[in-house]
Amino acid sequence: MIQAVRLRKHYGRTKAVDDLSFTVKPGRVTGFLGPNGAGKSTTMRMVLGLDTPTNGDVTIDGKHYAELKEPLRKVGALLDAKWTHPNRSARSHLKWMAVSNKIPLKRVDEVLEIVGLAEVANKKAGGFSLGMSQRLGIAGALLGDPEVLLFDEPVNGLDPEGILWIRQFMHRLADEGRTVFVSSHLLSEMAQTAQDLIVIGKGQLIAQTTTEQFISDATQDHVRVRSPHALKLREILAASATVTEDAVNGALVVHGLPAPQIGEIAAENQIVLHELSPQRGSLEEAFMQLTKESVEYHAH
Amino acid sequence: MTLLAVERIKLFSTRSPYWCTALALALGVGLTAIIAGTTDNGQMSIGLTQFGSSQLALAVVLVMSALAVTTEYRFSTIRATFLAVPNRTSALVAKTVVVAFIAAVLGEIIAFGSWGLAKVMSPASDLAINTGAEWRHVAGVGLLYGIGAVLAIAVGILVRQTAGAVAILLVWNMLLEGLIGIIPKVGVKIQAWLPFQNANHFLALPGGDPAEQPGAGIDFKLSQWGSLAYFAGIAIALLVVALIVAKRRDA
Ligand SMILES: Nc1ncnc2c1ncn2[C@@H]1O[C@H](COP(=O)(O)OP(=O)(O)OP(=O)(O)O)[C@@H](O)[C@H]1O
Ligand SMILES: [Mg+2]
Repeated sequence: MIQAVRLRKHYGRTKAVDDLSFTVKPGRVTGFLGPNGAGKSTTMRMVLGLDTPTNGDVTIDGKHYAELKEPLRKVGALLDAKWTHPNRSARSHLKWMAVSNKIPLKRVDEVLEIVGLAEVANKKAGGFSLGMSQRLGIAGALLGDPEVLLFDEPVNGLDPEGILWIRQFMHRLADEGRTVFVSSHLLSEMAQTAQDLIVIGKGQLIAQTTTEQFISDATQDHVRVRSPHALKLREILAASATVTEDAVNGALVVHGLPAPQIGEIAAENQIVLHELSPQRGSLEEAFMQLTKESVEYHAH
Repeated sequence: MTLLAVERIKLFSTRSPYWCTALALALGVGLTAIIAGTTDNGQMSIGLTQFGSSQLALAVVLVMSALAVTTEYRFSTIRATFLAVPNRTSALVAKTVVVAFIAAVLGEIIAFGSWGLAKVMSPASDLAINTGAEWRHVAGVGLLYGIGAVLAIAVGILVRQTAGAVAILLVWNMLLEGLIGIIPKVGVKIQAWLPFQNANHFLALPGGDPAEQPGAGIDFKLSQWGSLAYFAGIAIALLVVALIVAKRRDA
């Protein structure tokens, strides 16, 4: 279990992580979701003791990372696939890691086999494609057969086959009872991978819930209605539904009533309708809506 | 012990230490070969055999040692290291021990290699190592390299990037300390307390031709072994500062 309590990290005036509290439970894949620059990588670096929090605390099963004896046996992490020496072979890279945590050397070949790099084990990591580097990073994370796994955007640079592989792989790890914490800036990706979600924006917590709950909240069905008698219609519908007005085109957005019923109500009250269209919010749209206030870099 | 093994694996699984070792050998022993080849048979001295090892090859060893840490920062493998060994001080001390040991062994090989080559090339010269001072002059090169490696690693940890660390070390060792001697009067007084000048003082042969010996004309306040201890003290002090900084800094 990973527990962050009022975690803060400031770089000069940048508040990379701002009063963030969350819990990551074992036996589940927990997605760490946020737009670019939201502070996901910074948070993960603090979990792993690489960066010191400005304030607050984060522990793994009640201990700071630095207090773990042979930490690779407890926590496996892939923060950046490029953290390898380009002239060092994949096997040597894993070998020094294994030796440092007294992990038997036969485990090196095991994990290379698991990630599908056995054939290039003696090749230099510098010649690897991004996908291969990711696999090597995952091999490193698995080396100590750890209970807790952290992956920072692990599907970056992977082809669809690789993405599917890693998704199933994370599910398997969670099913074995491990804690799996994986970051992404794509909700659509997380929707298929994670069971729980921790959503952040601008370093602050936006939501911590199950993925299912998050999606149903975020993508509620609604109906768009346009009428020359919008004011009157709004009054009547407000009795049995939530009605808001789309500021851009003046259409009414109705939550909580299906389209046929709205049509009937309009007919009963002799109100002319110009549009009556059921809408389903897309996942990405909902996510963007939710994090709009907290997106650091807008495209112009 | 585990950490020493880790650093040894890391060091020898990349190519740069091999290149640096070869270069240091070629420069150190090579310079002696040139000197021996251009000096009349019978005129070679022990002082001349170590010119390459104590000056030229030392610079290469400083660079090699700094590279051992700066490449880790360059490729962020230092983060992978700190993930595997969260006690940063132990990890960095282990690296220092391994690199300093290799540097010291390399120093002995270059020093005695140079001496042996000179003996072969200039058989009429008196190159027998008899006195304690002569032993110190040849065998001391290894000690110098070992301590130099510690100093270079400290600079590497502090600066974190190869170009900066190498520039600092080379300018400091090969230029700055010599140039300070130009300052009238106080120059030589300051030089008596500069680390690499003291390192040279440690190696100096008594009564040798002053022109042959770097650091000639400086009025050292320390004995020759005192100078070595002083050089070592500075290297260790710098390393301690570097370790404290590395511990506090975000990796
Ligand atoms: N070492 C650092 N020094 C200064 N600012 C930093 C540093 N690391 C991160 N930041 C800033 O902190 C904020 C959060 O960055 P972080 O990398 O944690 O975001 P992220 O959620 O991982 O983004 P992405 O999806 O792009 O990977 C950004 O504004 C970034 O510029
Ligand atoms: Mg990131």
